[in-house]
Amino acid sequence: MGLYSRRRLTNWLVIGLSVAATAFGLLWLVLVLSTLLINGIGAIGPALFTQMTPPPGSTGGLLNAIAGSLAMTAIATLVGTPTGILAGTFLAEYARGSWLGEAVRFVNDILLSAPSIIVGLFVYEVMVVRMGHFSAWAGAMALAIITIPVVVRTTEDMLRLVPSALREAAAALGAPRWKVIVMVTYRAAAQGMMTGMLLAIARISGETAPLLFTALNNQFWSSDLNGPMANLPVVIFQFAMSPYADWQVLAWGGALLITATILLLNITARVLAAWSSFKQ
Amino acid sequence: MTSPIARPLAAEPDPPDRSRPSDGVSPQTRRAPSAPAITSLVQRAPAAPDAATVTAPAVKVEIRNINFFYGKSQALHNISLPLHDRRVTAFIGPSGCGKSTLLRILNRIYELYPGQVATGEVYLDGTNILAPGLDLNRLRAKIGMVFQKPTPFPMSIHDNIAFGIRLYEKLPNSELDDRIESALRRAALWDEVKDKLRQSGLGLSGGQQQRLCIARAIAVEPEVLLLDEPASALDPISTQRIEELIAELKVDYCIAIVTHNMQQAARSSDYTAFLYLGELIEFDETERIFTHPQVRRTEDYITGRFG
Repeated sequence: MGLYSRRRLTNWLVIGLSVAATAFGLLWLVLVLSTLLINGIGAIGPALFTQMTPPPGSTGGLLNAIAGSLAMTAIATLVGTPTGILAGTFLAEYARGSWLGEAVRFVNDILLSAPSIIVGLFVYEVMVVRMGHFSAWAGAMALAIITIPVVVRTTEDMLRLVPSALREAAAALGAPRWKVIVMVTYRAAAQGMMTGMLLAIARISGETAPLLFTALNNQFWSSDLNGPMANLPVVIFQFAMSPYADWQVLAWGGALLITATILLLNITARVLAAWSSFKQ
Repeated sequence: MTSPIARPLAAEPDPPDRSRPSDGVSPQTRRAPSAPAITSLVQRAPAAPDAATVTAPAVKVEIRNINFFYGKSQALHNISLPLHDRRVTAFIGPSGCGKSTLLRILNRIYELYPGQVATGEVYLDGTNILAPGLDLNRLRAKIGMVFQKPTPFPMSIHDNIAFGIRLYEKLPNSELDDRIESALRRAALWDEVKDKLRQSGLGLSGGQQQRLCIARAIAVEPEVLLLDEPASALDPISTQRIEELIAELKVDYCIAIVTHNMQQAARSSDYTAFLYLGELIEFDETERIFTHPQVRRTEDYITGRFG
């Protein structure tokens, strides 16, 4: 066998293996999604969005859990995103090459990969134990702590991608540093920073462990952020583990809902990206 | 519309009119100190080869005993040379000779990066701009810079130019628009973009982007223009337009240009400084540098025998 035909064979072999590996990965994804769809689609209906979580044996929906999840995710995003953007800006614009920057980046990376149950336990110790009860505030804080490192990381990465010539050009016109960052660098990196924010929201919308220790759950509608609050992940967890068929159906419905929301967020991020690059 | 910068000319009521009142001192006698601005009685003069020889022009920037360090390595050794007002001075030399570094000292843009240090003095109209405590942002508003790669901001063409103007002046919209138009006209870009001022500056071609950057730099009415290889990333036609533009702009500005292109230096500059390994080898009128260089290394370089 000649050198050339051997290379061709190797080429085909490696392409074949790559395709097989891709197919293997996709297979599980398709299985997971299709199972979710088959089992969850039956629960999707007006009742899911208009009724409270029911006791076993009666009909109901997930309204209180959906509302609780939205509220806590919103608060977590409002707290976590500005904090993360500011910290990411510090790392990318002010702390380049300084030991403080290195230290903060290292700690942030640890936080980024910290198991979320540890974040839950931490907030449980710091907030729940001291307040004496579970609360939506504690849940939102736990989610915010998970949001921050994600946003810090994406913000820093996106800001670093902005060519320094752009900063120099703005500075050369006599712009003070904060103005360079706010008006030029942020604009150049806006798309990536927005994507990072949406990814962070997607990440926290499925987190269960930290909420289990903090917001816990609530069978009823509650708008009291100072008390326990229902939320989709914990309701799914509770209902899916239960022996009641109607609860299990609701759990499937909730899981499908979260998955669809995350998909929608990702598509939004893509469309935003495409739209802003089209505009340019 | 008072400008916080002590530039009497910024308050001129009719922006497109670039004629500036003479301060009553003839260019011959007006040495650098305390001269407030460029004096020009020539209005939008065509790119005449008006020659560096008729009068000895005033010195706008005096570079004295400059040393520059990137951390521990020294990039410039004891450089001294003048930049004349309303003249183009070219910095030439092989890569790494320090010509861009020298340019970047003149608006202290190097200070964006820690570990870069310059010693010596640079006098702009008699004021040492390397002195500590100087307001860097005001200094940079007086000394415009254009970079090797076009650097349009991610915003509309209009906002690209308005950005610099808005930093130091609060103008009513109509006046702002006038200033933007005159800057674009002077940068020979107006006719190409007048119908799409609200579109992104990133949608322009490379040559147009570079002219946008030049328009942006002159819109803030600086006194000195620094051009760091402004045409090296452009095609020949765009390059020619930039060179024509330099010839037009030197009527009003003191211009320093870094270039790798020997012909470009010969064509568009009045004075040339040849740098090699961080030292100033020779500085003279461009014509003399290119016809009768005094130093052997200069001759070798411009004839292409090394570098």
